[in-house]
Amino acid sequence: METLRLKINGESVEAQIDPGMTLQEFLHGKLGMTGTKLGCGIGMCGCCTVIVDGKAAKSCIMLAVQASGKSVETIEGLADEQSLDPVQEAFVHNGAIQCGFCSPGQIMASRAFLNECPNPTEDEVRHALSGNLCRCTGYHKIVQAVLKASQIQEQ
Amino acid sequence: MHQFKYHSVGSVEEACGLLSEHGEEAKIICGGQSLVILLKEGMLFPSYLIDVKGLSELDYIKYDEKDGLRIGATTTHRSVEKSDEIRARLPILAEMEKTVASLAVRNWGTVGGSLAHADPASDLATTLLALGAKLTLTCAEGERVVEADNFFVDYFETTLRPDELLTEIHIPHHEKGRGHFYKFALRSTDLAAVNAAVYLMASPEDPWFCRDVRISMGSVGPTSLRSKRAEEVLRGQSVNDKLIAEAARLASEDAQPNSDINGSEEFKRDIVKVLVSRCINRALSYEMN
Repeated sequence: METLRLKINGESVEAQIDPGMTLQEFLHGKLGMTGTKLGCGIGMCGCCTVIVDGKAAKSCIMLAVQASGKSVETIEGLADEQSLDPVQEAFVHNGAIQCGFCSPGQIMASRAFLNECPNPTEDEVRHALSGNLCRCTGYHKIVQAVLKASQIQEQ
Repeated sequence: MHQFKYHSVGSVEEACGLLSEHGEEAKIICGGQSLVILLKEGMLFPSYLIDVKGLSELDYIKYDEKDGLRIGATTTHRSVEKSDEIRARLPILAEMEKTVASLAVRNWGTVGGSLAHADPASDLATTLLALGAKLTLTCAEGERVVEADNFFVDYFETTLRPDELLTEIHIPHHEKGRGHFYKFALRSTDLAAVNAAVYLMASPEDPWFCRDVRISMGSVGPTSLRSKRAEEVLRGQSVNDKLIAEAARLASEDAQPNSDINGSEEFKRDIVKVLVSRCINRALSYEMN
């Protein structure tokens, strides 16, 4: 067993875990934060995407112990009391969510990307989200939503 | 998952000490973007996992006019992709990194980890062969430097001893060098079905005169490999279409592809020919520094 201490959505969390536990298993299984989903389990589909120390990360291929001392943001922490994050707003208004399974991962990947690159081209958005698969939407509305969110933020 | 003891180390010395102590029973983890998958799939059974991700002393990109480029082993793919220094001096590396996996994987995966993992489809391996890179392998007793050419032994196998840690990539300075990397894959974020890299050194007077060249290809054999016969065709020559076609043909013959889901052996040989030809042309048409 290892003692894990980290910040999740701004709150300090401490737990005893098996070092073989992935960050996704820790968030979803141990903490019940079901927004961070298990899709392929091999870091290809992006459903498990969270933000660790400001960088998008695939939590199903990160050991939870590797997040020790780091700051993790999940979909649950994105909106505040009053309002949705601009990326979430844009996804809702642009019809970029169908079944919703890939959406937390898409939104977290987009949020991290826009933090780094606030004014991307469409090609740059597509390249940045290449690790997030969607079976429903055909991606167009997701890409448009991210571009819209970047415009909203510019204002 | 197999049960293991986890150690996060604070220095290269500490890592090497643990490797000396536990040898074959220990595995290094850094970004974990390949290793965690192997652990989850039940393909590795280490008793000890030594986490070197915290070794900021190995996270660096340094360029010197005479010495060339040095990259520490825990530097992420993303850092190499975004480095202004690398974009200016060795754009082939930055361009290659853009094609590796996806952004999140590049955020955490490291160049050292990629090389030690030695996937036969590694884009970094192919590119480093073309650049004539040297790798520093460190252990408790000291360090040794090996040519990238001699580092990769077989599928997922390198010359790293159980007590050694890969610590640095060194790309020596090449006068008037330009290169191009190309990755052929069925889908974005896939491992390469075929990749190729060409790095050539022209003459100061004539940009089409090839003083020296390195031609490499990957995912067409147990390791990335160079085609020395293709290099011979161009070396010391004024490059023209006929020579490019001949070099591409020889590279295609030297490849050792397997037929698999990405295509037949014949198909992959055809792709090698196209990629090598394209890489030589693109390398030649880059503006000289």
